Amino acid sequence: MSDEQDVITGINAPVYLKYNFTAGRAPSRFLSQIKKGVLMGQRCPKCSAVYVPPRGSCALCGVATEEEVKLSDKATVESFTIVSIPIPGNPIEPPFIVANLVLDGSNISLIHLLSECVNEEVHIGQRVQGVWNPESEWGYSMDNIRYFKPIDEPDVPVDKIGKLPVTGWEG
Amino acid sequence: MRDIAIVAYQQSDSVAKAGAVNEVELIMPVLARTFKQAGLNSAQDVDFVCSGSCDYLQGAAFAFVSGVDALGAVPPIKESHVEMDAAWALYESILKIRMGHADSALIYGFGKSSPGELPIVLSQQLDPYYLAPLWVDSVSLAALQARLMLDQGMITERDMAEVVSRSRRNAMNNPHAQLSGDISPEDILAEETYLSPLRKSDCSPISDGASAMIIATVEQAKAWGLPYAVVSGIDHCIETHNLGMRDLTDSVSTRMAANHAGMNTGKVDVAELYAPFSHQEIILTRALGLDKETVVNPSGGVLAGNLMMASGLSRVGEVFNRIVKGEAQRGIAHATSGPCLQHNLVTVLEKGENA
Amino acid sequence: MANLAAVVGIGQTKYMTKRTDVSIAGLVREAAFKALQDAELTWDDIDAVIIGKAPDMFEGVIMPEVYLTDALGCNGKPMLRVHTAGSVGGSTALVAASHVQSGTFKRVLTVAFEKQSESNAMWALSNSQPFSTHLNAGAGGYFAPIIREYMRRSNAPYDVGIKVAVKDRLHGARNPLAHLQKPDITMKEVEESFMLWDPIRFLESCPSSDGACAMVIANEELADKASKPPAWIRGSAMRSEPTMYAGRNLVNPQAGRDCAADVYQQAGITDPRKDLDCAEVYVPFSWYEPMWLENLGFAPEGEGWKLTMEGATSLDEGGDIPWNCSGGVLSSNPIGASGMIRFAEAARQVRGDAGAHQVEGAKLALGHAYGGGAQFFSMWVVGSEKS
Repeated sequence: MSDEQDVITGINAPVYLKYNFTAGRAPSRFLSQIKKGVLMGQRCPKCSAVYVPPRGSCALCGVATEEEVKLSDKATVESFTIVSIPIPGNPIEPPFIVANLVLDGSNISLIHLLSECVNEEVHIGQRVQGVWNPESEWGYSMDNIRYFKPIDEPDVPVDKIGKLPVTGWEG
Repeated sequence: MRDIAIVAYQQSDSVAKAGAVNEVELIMPVLARTFKQAGLNSAQDVDFVCSGSCDYLQGAAFAFVSGVDALGAVPPIKESHVEMDAAWALYESILKIRMGHADSALIYGFGKSSPGELPIVLSQQLDPYYLAPLWVDSVSLAALQARLMLDQGMITERDMAEVVSRSRRNAMNNPHAQLSGDISPEDILAEETYLSPLRKSDCSPISDGASAMIIATVEQAKAWGLPYAVVSGIDHCIETHNLGMRDLTDSVSTRMAANHAGMNTGKVDVAELYAPFSHQEIILTRALGLDKETVVNPSGGVLAGNLMMASGLSRVGEVFNRIVKGEAQRGIAHATSGPCLQHNLVTVLEKGENA
Repeated sequence: MANLAAVVGIGQTKYMTKRTDVSIAGLVREAAFKALQDAELTWDDIDAVIIGKAPDMFEGVIMPEVYLTDALGCNGKPMLRVHTAGSVGGSTALVAASHVQSGTFKRVLTVAFEKQSESNAMWALSNSQPFSTHLNAGAGGYFAPIIREYMRRSNAPYDVGIKVAVKDRLHGARNPLAHLQKPDITMKEVEESFMLWDPIRFLESCPSSDGACAMVIANEELADKASKPPAWIRGSAMRSEPTMYAGRNLVNPQAGRDCAADVYQQAGITDPRKDLDCAEVYVPFSWYEPMWLENLGFAPEGEGWKLTMEGATSLDEGGDIPWNCSGGVLSSNPIGASGMIRFAEAARQVRGDAGAHQVEGAKLALGHAYGGGAQFFSMWVVGSEKS
């Protein structure tokens, strides 16, 4: 071997694999409702916690969540971050706010965008509501809600976050 | 060393497409049946949990994390995971019991192979610089192996067809089987070749499903009052990844693992071998020196349904089932991983006192 | 009870953004070979190999142990592949130790690695799934809201994270293997660095590294004969809990508290701050130091940040309980290996072999790793003495 040979530091070997993804039975029930503009959670038969979006089980009890519970599109900010870096494959331009939100009537936070807000004024306990895409654009996706925006309701105390009924928060 | 007993085993049906169910939904019913068999309520009632799965089967990272959602892991549990067949999760659990950190363990494996193209997916298991970029799929590699054996006169296509025919007939007694039926070797030979010299029937089907097992110390099994089989030995061995350096017509590592596990210290009534291709059952049978005294793959083996990441554990479960039913006194279960039987595990099971 | 086992050899690669000079096989072999050299052993002395790494998608190789057997001298031996998300480096060490502690093997090799430059880890972590919102913002996007909640609960001053970022980089500057070498880093520099995921700044985050770490673990008889001091495994524990359930304490997860209690009980530790000489704890974002100080019982809930601000965890400030003397995950982060590096660095301390980042006279050290949504934990306590 010649000493002058170039050192190979890499080869390109792209991997393409095709998958037919299925959402799961419980997520499918949720997705078929959100296509109609309804946020449907699922209740654990043992501990009564309401999950949204449901993933098939109550992770606390390890049992299937069967009973469906209609939820509000109003929510409380459990926590949030202002994201300033672009993410590969993510179409949203930074800076944007990703928040852990608990929908009224549910006990688990979901992750969604916050917009139409002053980034510096967003805070834990803040009340927000979903801003939906036009009905003609609804699909089987949480993206039917474009983002959540702050609403004029009093803040929820931290110990009440995740425990509000579907009827919401009176302050 | 502490003696280990198997006290419960359950598996889902082996199906070509589990359809809409996700991983949690695949696992939960199997776990529920396993707990019921052992008279337990949840993963809280065992000391350790270990699972086997592979992210690339369904194409999402951290697939095993959703498995934890099926366990009722609150309060938190002692839990681990291998990116391997769950037979290796059984191995890890046995070490945990032997070292005294647990008296019992739940082991489960699951795989949903239907969303992807399994043989192509498995091509990405090969050496990433030399082999994976060629996209050599797992069936083609097995076909090369079968061709070697045929051309050397070590087997005939009829021998292969007889393996398939016996699998299909045995599987008629296996309620979870995906492929079964009264099919003769002639029927198989009449099929056209798929990837020469393999016919479709020489290859295990692509399957979705899960299986689960509970093991414990023999003392714990007795305290639970459950019939059990004893794991008298378990060992595994891997060989070189370089196919050109291996004698593909033999399985040296299977033989080594069987010797270390003590297979030859007694009669083997039943053997469940993880042979995804018909000719590989012949390789394994010969490598282990099994004769007419041993019933091979009475469940139909994985030619009747191949739950990736669970099939190895299922082999152990099938032998356990036969021992507790009194159909066998002693048996072996084999699991494999990697192309052309690269990595092999052998478990020796014996009748327990209550069985 | 478990048989005694000890670390008798440790090998690490230099951590850096891209190791273009080696393949994946070359990377793991380098660490494994160094561990064998450190233990004054050869490949033939090894009975089994236990390998760990984070998701296969990070390199795009499925079950890489299948291909790595040749590089790790494993042909004809047992090989096991562990994957427990970010805690995997720690759990792999524990599974390796169980091979010996169970009395099944005399001496095993364990290796953990990540070659992030071969693929895109951020992509693998944020790989969007159909039907869900495309909001995955990497690990920082997940942990930033949890850190924000910790700040609210504890009323900690805003610069605790900045202080940790400086402290760990100064530690890292003592460790020639550390990826980031920033001996002149200042609070101001960290504070002015780009805010990535508010409240996490660029310099409060871990780098993305290539690297591997390996250890040889032997039984009592062989460890007694080892030429260098062994690090005796005095306790080991793992705990898992689900990612999401109603009422889950994300800031101070119960799985972490339970895991620590278990490992302390085994090692006879009643007051971790007093009984331990140092700790290597998985801190990928600087605020996780005060959070884990509380979770691991070094400080009462809500007061972890006080230890940080007092300099208790700093080698340079002569702290009584130095954390992450090697520079920690904030200085080097080959994800799948990061947990094992913590375990190995704890062992280096009690072997008195930690070079310029040695804690003088260290006799008992904690190694810690966590993963997933701060839900998988693995820990060990190693000591210079058997008991």
